[in-house]
Amino acid sequence: MSDYQSYMKGSPFEVKVISARFSLPDSTSIDTFLAHEGYQALAKAFQMGPEAVINEMKNSQLRGRGGAGFNTGLKWSFVPKQTDKPKYVVCNADESEPATCKDRPLMEYDPHQLIEGIIIAGYAIGAHQGYIYIRGEYRYLMEVLDRAIAEAYARGYLGKDIQGSGFDFELCTHTGAGAYECGEETALLNSLEGLRGYPRVKPPFPAVVGVYGCPTIVNNVETLCNAPHIVLKGAEWFAGLGTPKNGGTRLFCLSGHINRPGVYELPMGFPLRKMIEEVGGGIPRGKKLKSVIPGGSSCPLLTADEIDVPMDFDSLAKIGSMLGSGGVVMIDEDTCMVKVAQRIMKFYAHESCGWCIPCREGTAWLKRLLDRLHGGAGVTGDPDTALDVSYNILGKTLCPLGDAAAMPTISIVKKFRSEFDEHVRLGGCPYERKSAAVQAAR
Amino acid sequence: MLSDTLISKFDDVIARYPLKRSAIVPLLLFAQDEIGHISDEAIEEIARRVEVLPIEVIEDIGYYSMLHRQPIGKFNLQVCTNVSCQLLGGEEILEHCSKRLGIGHKQTTADGLFSLEEVECLGACCGAPAMQVNYDFYENLTPERVDRLIEDLKARAEK
Ligand SMILES: Cc1cc2nc3c(=O)[nH]c(=O)nc-3n(C[C@H](O)[C@H](O)[C@H](O)COP(=O)(O)O)c2cc1C
Ligand code: SF4
Ligand code: FES
Repeated sequence: MSDYQSYMKGSPFEVKVISARFSLPDSTSIDTFLAHEGYQALAKAFQMGPEAVINEMKNSQLRGRGGAGFNTGLKWSFVPKQTDKPKYVVCNADESEPATCKDRPLMEYDPHQLIEGIIIAGYAIGAHQGYIYIRGEYRYLMEVLDRAIAEAYARGYLGKDIQGSGFDFELCTHTGAGAYECGEETALLNSLEGLRGYPRVKPPFPAVVGVYGCPTIVNNVETLCNAPHIVLKGAEWFAGLGTPKNGGTRLFCLSGHINRPGVYELPMGFPLRKMIEEVGGGIPRGKKLKSVIPGGSSCPLLTADEIDVPMDFDSLAKIGSMLGSGGVVMIDEDTCMVKVAQRIMKFYAHESCGWCIPCREGTAWLKRLLDRLHGGAGVTGDPDTALDVSYNILGKTLCPLGDAAAMPTISIVKKFRSEFDEHVRLGGCPYERKSAAVQAAR
Repeated sequence: MLSDTLISKFDDVIARYPLKRSAIVPLLLFAQDEIGHISDEAIEEIARRVEVLPIEVIEDIGYYSMLHRQPIGKFNLQVCTNVSCQLLGGEEILEHCSKRLGIGHKQTTADGLFSLEEVECLGACCGAPAMQVNYDFYENLTPERVDRLIEDLKARAEK
């Protein structure tokens, strides 16, 4: 279990759509859900028909919350209408992007919202089977979901002829067992087929050839949780919550050097500075902000001068970064950025599935280089070599994990170059020396 | 011997998929939960039930970091040192556990009670620094909280 108080601290700036039911007593039960608009969107979807649901989703400007930010309705519309093959909905609950912990409360406090979203997705594309692929570490959530799924079956919201609609839909959970790469949608599909989680070449895209060679949509937990609200309250309302082409709200996970870490539901396009200073309560101990990871560790980092930016997909892209998965990490002035780069690379080197050479060799090389540099054995050319190796990964790999390793590294080396040079000059980490000196003086 | 509950769970899970081999990873994890690690017998049984060769099951085990062939401690302390945790002392927590238990990464204490593992992001970043003991989350850790937790776990084992 997660400690509700520590994750959902609340803020007057929140606009609660998908987190609205979190604080209700017994929020996971189907009775609570039904008493608070639950499964009403499903009934409405059955009246609208699949085509209208997809259009509503498109117009809502909902963009995938898993990281890439693709228009969800558009993705659903790519599933072929005429096909003899069964179709599938796969919910991506792998949540492994470092700094991201938003799907967790969505499943923990309102599992039926997700189930309803998945059924709506299935109805819209004509699928009769759904899987929730959940990371192995989230075992207690799998139990929460399994209980909710059983309740939904018992009340006729899953199974044959749902609520007399004539529509059949089966749903179950599926557990992974520890592999970041399995969050990548095609690797996830291989994993779901009982194989190692190596990615597949795209195209064909999963919407056409997905799990078991059949048309499949893969959507993130948070993405699917939005679907019922869009169906019930309309695309226009949803689009109006955010900024142009960025509909709705987003669960932002504030972590690192911040006074009030937690998950907050804020409108898309919420100003980053305000998020840090007013929602998060600023940087602890009166320290200055040095850098921000805006959306999980795969995103290029921002400097403290770049935080006057609306937090939506397009605005972040404009300044050369990404909104990613909603994991916002604040880094204060006392932090060594070489060490941050080193830790981020350690992760990607560990998680690289090894299929393609630029990623496998490049991440391992960068890790060694950054270890050496931070450890004090760096040489003058090292920062440039780090950039060179990163550019030789970028855009040259089978799946986006390679880019995810290269992009933060490039941004850190470029934006905090002087810290790298300082390590080389001193033959060690200036921050560790400083803190050792402080300790010694005590 | 695998228990009857486990075997009936196997049947349940396999029935969820049009392709039996889809069940491999969940079955391995469920077997590990019961046995403590993945035994040769579990591999044979799973391979037989999902109609693949044992080697195909073994291939999967090598890929997924939560699956292990060797027994580990009764309590597996998995400390996150990824970026959100690192910024708030995740490495110090790992170091503290290591000193306290006298074991390093992926090692087990002689009494078989504790294992230690440095892990990647657990999805508990807003409660950093965080760790998991088996499947349970412990967040906002300090060295003192870790000490108390280890004592609690020892007491639990004695019962
Ligand atoms: C290496 C890698 C890891 C990923 N991990 C996740 C993840 O844990 N959860 C997730 O929802 N999407 C993850 N994604 C994104 C998925 O590939 C995919 O874009 C997403 O599930 C699509 O859903 P959406 O359109 O609803 O965002 C990952 C992508 C990559 C390249
Ligand atoms: S980019 Fe990395 S993770 Fe992706 S396929 Fe290549 S080696 Fe594997
Ligand atoms: S970074 Fe430690 S739990 Fe996410």
